[in-house]
Amino acid sequence: MTQGLLTPIAFIKGASHNFKRSDDMLLGLFTTFFKIGSFTIGGGYAMVPLIQSEVVDRKKWLTSDEFVDTLAIAQSTPGALAVNMSAFIGYRKGGIIGAILATLGCSLPAIVPILIIAIFFNKFMDIKIVQKAFKGLRPTVAALIVYSVYKIALAGKIKNLWYILTVISALAIIVFKADPLIIILASGIVGVVFGRGNVKNDSNND
Amino acid sequence: MTAITIKLFLVFAKIGSFSFGGGYAMLPFIYKELVLKNGWISLKEYSDILAISQMTPGAVAISYASFIGYKFGGLIGCVSASLGVILPSFIMIVLIASIFKKFYEKDVVKAVFTGIRPGTLGLLAAAAYTVTTSNVKDIKGIIIFFAALLALLIKKIDPIFVLIAGGIVGIIFY
Repeated sequence: MTQGLLTPIAFIKGASHNFKRSDDMLLGLFTTFFKIGSFTIGGGYAMVPLIQSEVVDRKKWLTSDEFVDTLAIAQSTPGALAVNMSAFIGYRKGGIIGAILATLGCSLPAIVPILIIAIFFNKFMDIKIVQKAFKGLRPTVAALIVYSVYKIALAGKIKNLWYILTVISALAIIVFKADPLIIILASGIVGVVFGRGNVKNDSNND
Repeated sequence: MTAITIKLFLVFAKIGSFSFGGGYAMLPFIYKELVLKNGWISLKEYSDILAISQMTPGAVAISYASFIGYKFGGLIGCVSASLGVILPSFIMIVLIASIFKKFYEKDVVKAVFTGIRPGTLGLLAAAAYTVTTSNVKDIKGIIIFFAALLALLIKKIDPIFVLIAGGIVGIIFY
């Protein structure tokens, strides 16, 4: 008898579960990116380790590979890195509404404090505690970004000789102040020239 | 007031459309548009806002947009400027994302990305280097830097907690 009851209950639960899951995803996108946006201090790149920790590690919305690809695309398109990354991930996980919610989520924490500061500008700059806190935050953010690089390397998806490309791009930026877009285009070309042979192997290993 | 609202939107849309590669790449554009062309802020205000943006969450572009938007157009100006700086790249990204899945599986695209991934890691490594050399300035900074790194690497502490701890340590140490 319980079998007979279970089936319609399971069906209804399943249906509402699917509906709820999609809403959950949208809400999750907003709250996750609001959280990420609130702690991104000191520039767009500070967001990278936070997205890694929340979106890749915790929520598992992206694999490490997808995350790096998102980073690549976000750097290749104009505009703030933060906006680009949240819009892209938001879209992939929740369509256009997901994109809007994720972008709003990560932008709002930026706007409200600035508004308050704009109103009380001079006083804010003088608050000693704030200055001191940020003296501590700056090296912390640096450590975070270093850690981010390490984690991507650790994910092991980049095969040995390709690290040469990593070193070359890093040097190109640091020493020659090359345009990131150029680096990405050049890397893509190198990928096509040298990567074709590897692609088949990769898909076998997946 | 509507004229300034529109102008704010357009100027920041221009800024948002032309700079590639992450927050600091936008600074030359911001300087050109806000200080040189429109004379909305002085050089000192420009660097003050940069300093503030380092202390507040979010992208540096949005910091400038909301600050200047508010200064010249009140709350509506703030919203208008912020929307302006976000919209162009938002639209572009959504377009790319919508066709991305279709092309992602193709062999050529996969090959492209086998190159792009290490390249992007290089860009991130460059950012790590630049941020570290500009943010770690004294002995205390070095200590905090390595402490944070250890916390992340060995103890696997959540980055957000590490950040909060960094702020608190800053208050105590300095």
